[in-house]
Amino acid sequence: MAETNQPLPIIDIRDVSKSFTFGDQKIQALSGANLQICKGEFICLIGASGCGKSTLLRIMAGFEQPTSGEALMWGKPIDEPGPSRGMVFQDYALFPWLSVRNNIAFGPKSLGRSTAEVKDICDRFIEMVGLQKFADAYPHQLSGGMRQRVAIARVLANDAELVLMDEPFGALDAMTRERLQDELLDIWQRTKLTVVFVTHAIEEAIFLADRVVVMSPGPGRIESDNRLTLPRPRDVASPEFNEIRRELSAKLHSHHGKKAA
Amino acid sequence: MSDTTVLPTTSLRWFARLKSTALALVVPGALLLLWHVATTRNWTRLIPSPAETAEYMRDFAFGGIYDDAFSATLHIHLLASMGRVYGGFLLAALFALPIGMLIGRIPLARATLDPFFQLMRPIPVTAWLPLSMILFGLGAKSAFSLVFLGSFYPILLNTIFGVKNVDPKLFEAASMLGCRGNAQFFRVVLPAALPSIFTGLRLGLGLAWFVIVVGEMTGVPQGLGAVIMDGRTLSRTELVICGMIVIGVVGYISDRLVMMLGNYLLRWSPTHHG
Repeated sequence: MAETNQPLPIIDIRDVSKSFTFGDQKIQALSGANLQICKGEFICLIGASGCGKSTLLRIMAGFEQPTSGEALMWGKPIDEPGPSRGMVFQDYALFPWLSVRNNIAFGPKSLGRSTAEVKDICDRFIEMVGLQKFADAYPHQLSGGMRQRVAIARVLANDAELVLMDEPFGALDAMTRERLQDELLDIWQRTKLTVVFVTHAIEEAIFLADRVVVMSPGPGRIESDNRLTLPRPRDVASPEFNEIRRELSAKLHSHHGKKAA
Repeated sequence: MSDTTVLPTTSLRWFARLKSTALALVVPGALLLLWHVATTRNWTRLIPSPAETAEYMRDFAFGGIYDDAFSATLHIHLLASMGRVYGGFLLAALFALPIGMLIGRIPLARATLDPFFQLMRPIPVTAWLPLSMILFGLGAKSAFSLVFLGSFYPILLNTIFGVKNVDPKLFEAASMLGCRGNAQFFRVVLPAALPSIFTGLRLGLGLAWFVIVVGEMTGVPQGLGAVIMDGRTLSRTELVICGMIVIGVVGYISDRLVMMLGNYLLRWSPTHHG
């Protein structure tokens, strides 16, 4: 992972550890993580629960501060959440009192854009996620897949450079999940966003990512960083895909023998 | 997962509404019948029959039948009571809403104010009656203060609950979208707390009607509570019943209006429809 003549990474995680204390118990959620992400990359963080993948994501978002080490964006420490790093939560976290349009407008309004600009932005991103017919609906009237589309549009509308996704499709049914994966890749390729995507599904990671970062629990750490060169669109039934799946699966389960949970 | 709900046809909707109205009238209808039978068959001579009560009610509202001290005075008493109910309620909301928000959001305010209010809350409004008569004298001010006390706590407690229990994810969502610090109070806390606040206001208004009779026991000349108390001392049971019916009906209409407002303001909330 030498970065000799590489450009400045958008995200630079340097020896980051994070521990939480519950009463008198101290839990090491993340230990000595190092990760560089370049602009435009699609990274998947994968691992069993307790491997610290969500903690790492939340540190990148600025919701958590590392106990030791540094988390940098464009070389500057990430010390609070901000519009350049948009988060898509598994349970959507849409504002239930706002319509689809106003959920998407929330960010641009916070940044003080004019009414006309906000309207333009909303129209553009409502169209991008295909929710024109539902622009005035409230979140509770939408299906899970539609809600997650709103959540994605909401961070894109805010000009986020980096989109952080915490098991965003985990609560969706298989068909909706596949469609949203396609749509996400499509949006990513058109906008050249940088995406960090947390999942526990190997197949999802291989389908989406440029790099699959395998993490393992107890304490949470980065096990391996795997670059995938499989051309897109990827066929989940192809032998190449299966080969990678077998390989990653072995890495993912290797630590089970070493450490009993 | 259905994206569209099938709207029932107009006739079906009318039928559903008719059915629910009919079902709602079963119990009151049966009670009215029982009342009618009990009074006309002379099971009791202590209360007037429904027909007599209806006649008294007409006289109470429009006069022209008995022409006594209470004839055609309904509007005077009703307006006096409504003034106290809504005035006391609004004053309670004026205090309870900001205090509730402070207690719910600011730890220092919670530490200093919450124990005090928890201590005062179990004291029933009726127990305050003698003290409020001493403090505010006999009359409207005393009634007003009791209504205030009656609706203060439901508004306070529900406001505290609402602003305290905002989903923490929503704060994270707001801050990653660029809305931080105090701006979150108006854009996240208040709208998220609105259903609870609304429940508090509705309960508060209901309780305001509830305590108005007690409030008007303090020797006010006008008001529905005063009519009921006068009816009792004059042994005019029909007057007592008329006062009760008016309070019931007006309180019901008042609650329905608040509900309609709430259903409109909270149309985004899947759980808030009554």
